[in-house]
Amino acid sequence: MLNKILEASRGWGRRNAEMAALPFLLLGVVAVLSIATEIVSEGNIHFLSVENFGAMAAQIPELGLLSLAMMVTMLTAGINLSIISSANLVGVGMAVTFVTFGPGAAAAGMTIPLIVVTIVGGLLFSVLLGWFNGLLIAKLKITPVLATLGTMILYEGLTLAITKGYVISGMPEEFLNIAAGSFFGIPYALILFVVVAIVIAYVLQRRPFGRQLYMLGSNQTATSFSAVNIDRVIIKTYMLSGLLVGFAAIIMLSRFSSANARQGTSLLLVTVLIAVLGGTDPDGGFGKVLGLVMALLIMQAITSGLNLLSISSFLTLGLWGALLIGVIAYRSYRAKNPGKRAKSLAA
Amino acid sequence: MINSSPTVQLRLQRLFGQNEMVLLLVLLGMVTAITIVSPRFLGPENLFSILLSASYTGIFAIGFLLVLVSGGLDVSFTAVATVAQYVMGTVLIANPDIPPAVAVLLPLVVGVALGSLNALLIHYLNAPPIIITIANLNIFFGLLQFITGGEWLNGFPEWFDHFPQTYVISFQNADGVSYGLSIIVVIWIAVAVVAGLLMHYFKAGRKLYAMGGNLEAARRAGIDILRYRIFAYGFLGFCAGLGGLVHTFITQTVVPNTLVGHEFDVVAAVVLGGASIFGGSGTVVGTVLGVTLLAVLGNALTIMKVPTYWHEVFVGGIVILSIAITTLSAIAARNREKKYHAQ
Amino acid sequence: MSDFIAMRHVTKNYAGVQALKQIDFQLKRGEVHCLCGENGSGKSTLIKILSGVVKPDEGSEITIDGKVFPHLTAQQALEQGVRVIYQDLALFPNLTVKENIAFQSFSDKGSLLVRWRKVEKTARAAMDLIGLDLDLNRLTGSLPIAQQQLVEITRALIGEPKLLVLDEPTASLTRKEVNALFEVIARLKARGVTTMFVSHKLNEVFEIAERVTVLRDGEKIGEYTPAEIDHKKLVFLMTGRKYESAPPAPLDPAAETLLEVKNLTRNGEFSDLSFTVKKGEIVGITGLLGSGRTELALSIFGMTHPDSGTILLEGKPIKLRTNSEAKKLGIVYVPEDRLRQGVIQAQTILDNMSLTVLDNLLSKLGLLDKKRMKHDGETWVKDLQIKIPSLDSSVKTLSGGNQQKVVLSKWLATNPKLLILDEPTIGIDVLAKNGVHDLVKELATKGIGIILISDEIPEVLANCHRILVMQKGRFVHEVVPGPDAERDLFENFNLS
Repeated sequence: MLNKILEASRGWGRRNAEMAALPFLLLGVVAVLSIATEIVSEGNIHFLSVENFGAMAAQIPELGLLSLAMMVTMLTAGINLSIISSANLVGVGMAVTFVTFGPGAAAAGMTIPLIVVTIVGGLLFSVLLGWFNGLLIAKLKITPVLATLGTMILYEGLTLAITKGYVISGMPEEFLNIAAGSFFGIPYALILFVVVAIVIAYVLQRRPFGRQLYMLGSNQTATSFSAVNIDRVIIKTYMLSGLLVGFAAIIMLSRFSSANARQGTSLLLVTVLIAVLGGTDPDGGFGKVLGLVMALLIMQAITSGLNLLSISSFLTLGLWGALLIGVIAYRSYRAKNPGKRAKSLAA
Repeated sequence: MINSSPTVQLRLQRLFGQNEMVLLLVLLGMVTAITIVSPRFLGPENLFSILLSASYTGIFAIGFLLVLVSGGLDVSFTAVATVAQYVMGTVLIANPDIPPAVAVLLPLVVGVALGSLNALLIHYLNAPPIIITIANLNIFFGLLQFITGGEWLNGFPEWFDHFPQTYVISFQNADGVSYGLSIIVVIWIAVAVVAGLLMHYFKAGRKLYAMGGNLEAARRAGIDILRYRIFAYGFLGFCAGLGGLVHTFITQTVVPNTLVGHEFDVVAAVVLGGASIFGGSGTVVGTVLGVTLLAVLGNALTIMKVPTYWHEVFVGGIVILSIAITTLSAIAARNREKKYHAQ
Repeated sequence: MSDFIAMRHVTKNYAGVQALKQIDFQLKRGEVHCLCGENGSGKSTLIKILSGVVKPDEGSEITIDGKVFPHLTAQQALEQGVRVIYQDLALFPNLTVKENIAFQSFSDKGSLLVRWRKVEKTARAAMDLIGLDLDLNRLTGSLPIAQQQLVEITRALIGEPKLLVLDEPTASLTRKEVNALFEVIARLKARGVTTMFVSHKLNEVFEIAERVTVLRDGEKIGEYTPAEIDHKKLVFLMTGRKYESAPPAPLDPAAETLLEVKNLTRNGEFSDLSFTVKKGEIVGITGLLGSGRTELALSIFGMTHPDSGTILLEGKPIKLRTNSEAKKLGIVYVPEDRLRQGVIQAQTILDNMSLTVLDNLLSKLGLLDKKRMKHDGETWVKDLQIKIPSLDSSVKTLSGGNQQKVVLSKWLATNPKLLILDEPTIGIDVLAKNGVHDLVKELATKGIGIILISDEIPEVLANCHRILVMQKGRFVHEVVPGPDAERDLFENFNLS
């Protein structure tokens, strides 16, 4: 039995070489942090505690959704630099709606319908922003870095123009419940993230669109010669990226109860880090949701653990970078010196 | 065989480049339009102030161009600049009496060192430059914040305060305030001129273009790739250090997050200046024009009393539009060429 | 003529695999020498040893101009005048022609500055050697591929070349350009430069070679003059097997018309093309690269849109906007550039095979049925006799012939009515070629109409019912394979 499990996991590791090291890394990180917190706090604070998991659970959903939004575009050998500015634009759009119509709706007892309409509108709007990215890339043939760099500035500019640089706050209580509320102790936002991640994983692995997206990421020309409408796949990818951004925007607005133009701009590069750490190939064609989720957990564990140890969040930032370089170095070493097992397979 | 002796028009285009011509025309058109709306714009005082405000972006952009031309990418330069600023600021405040020459050398050395580190990692790990430099951006910036605690630095020695007010050419305006061509602007122009000469008249410059055009061919032709990578990223590091220095001269304070987060402003200017994000093409003249264009745009919007929060909409719009036009015209040119050969 | 280069007892082992076994190989001064052999026969290893990129094993000996080397370094090879031009050009598309030609001067020691006037002079002088006249200031990437190749040859002429090694130089050239290239080789020969020529196109070997050396499985089979051997003999020497190609099964006279093309025109590409393909018929289209064959295929496949004329499929006029519409109607296309357009090399064999039929593989839930996908993949592997390590291996681990079969399987899975094959066997070994040909002929017997585009005359002659000759975008001739067909084609169209 044990042998069978070992054999199966070895097979998994071979097929998923790019993320095979991640489970061990995650275990290692958790172990080190658990021991470190016990020692440093002299047994007063526990890394493996409900409180800490609660703190982690609060932060995972938005970063996870944004990282997914980044990943799907990277799979097509693209990138989406506009995710944060899109999220802020959508967030501000929804916030303005709430602030404008909220009091009236509350008076008429129509708060819940307003929230539903606003959320649907916000999601549609974020898909539209993604569609515009896709259009620039697929139809105008602008390279993704430049197209989304342009829209990043443009969307941020629009947000600034709407807010005039101020913070918009005052969301309905019921809306704040999305981030604050929970179902049997599991935050709604986390449930949302898990559901979305599973759906995306299935779409990528088991829907024609997903397979086409991977193929296109490796070779656009050959994919196009295989009777795949690559323009449509690209546009759909960026729309999907936009949709994921929309979910993130809802959670962010609910969590902070306010929106502004420059919320979370430092997260942009972190999403790239998480995707790449999770095994997504920046050159396109490879990467899985499972790897991304593991990378996300590793990052979040480090953040929370160091936070418990009262270590500056900036040091965490540095550690993330170092971790990524370490993993890249490890992968590069493995590529140059394949282990005995890999060698005997190749021969 | 096709025997085409270049026409005069072609020669002109080569001298100045088609893209640079377009940029120059756009810039002139913009200046004319703004001047009609608001004559104050064209005054020397305003023009000098535009150049001054664009100086550190301009210096960053030149360095970024070199890396881009060589086929690389580096988004960590803002963090490098900030680290360089802090090293210099800390030393200068602790030892106000150290010779100015040593003080200004410090950020440059820090910049070159961190830039070279990028090159080494990219080379030996054989990983995409954007990923390595994103990681390094986090490392440099995170450690800096951790060590300094985000503390602001100010109170530099007197000479440090006086230097940026050195005018190479100086005037006085109606209110008796003196203005002129600041030495800072001269530094920026000097960097541009040096880089321009390097890229065209030095073998090293041509090799950078070669690497960006076809890395494998460059390797086969015996170019020492590591050396020239260190050269390109090191040069950007140098420019980051220098830009950080210039920024400190202008603001007289060192703050952790005024530069970090603005990497893409520089990228936008360089791309607007016609450099290819895939490497191998781009000119110093184009980059200078790209930086100037964005600076003029910002200044014009201010003068025309467009609220600042609208500025980014214009910048984003212009960047998208210009890239779209360049891309589409390149595709059109390729199609024309294809049709021509078919007939 | 004396031996300019003599390689003796050259042996090379790669991790236990013998790439070269005790090869003796001579080149005479000023001769044009062809090296023939299948993929994996050791050709490229031999070239790499000669250019100093690969070090041969102990006991090997290379004599150049009387100087004996146990092995060469890249630098020594260069100094001895050895110049190799690989198939993938090593040019800088973003630099001017003169910079590309005189690039080595950027590596000269001494001044840090570029001496632009000297660069120009050097480039001009090198171009004069072969009578080339290109605009020195043009960006190299904007030149047609044939001229880029000439730029690379010109670069090789800097600094007294004595041996020019051309690895598959004609793969992407039109016949006219091949002629120009051969002229350049003749000029170099007159200057005493030796040329070593590697080509898969055997007809070209007979056209230009003064001597032919054949390698097989790392061993030297022999050295011949073109007079001693013919096409069939050469194939036998290269493969070690006799191969008899059966002509396609005779066409059923009652076969219905599958495709009818009437006056099809696309400006600048082809004009006024009319022809038919019957069910089960193999129609060959030949003519030189650049004659408009591929462009015609792309229009029938819906990837480009004709300006005028009509296409009828089974009697019904069709207007295609995309190639997925073509796929739905049963028209499929195997592109000429296998590596860039045919396969997705980095991805798995199974993913490549199922890319065209993803919509047919959905379960009731709308998700891909992995089991059926795998089962179908295994069936194709068996039916087409594809040699693969496993369906999860990436396509790049396969040989050219097997990669092409993967491309074929992905299209056959769509149940096509019309199969367009564009240079289906380019760069594939002789035996694997025959495998593909047999497969094509078998498909025709099942009623699939086939258009076989090729500029290898023997290929169309042996495998088609009818052959259309295309020139400058028009059909100029039609032949039925027979005893006189080959001479007819050669004499009338300089096709060989």
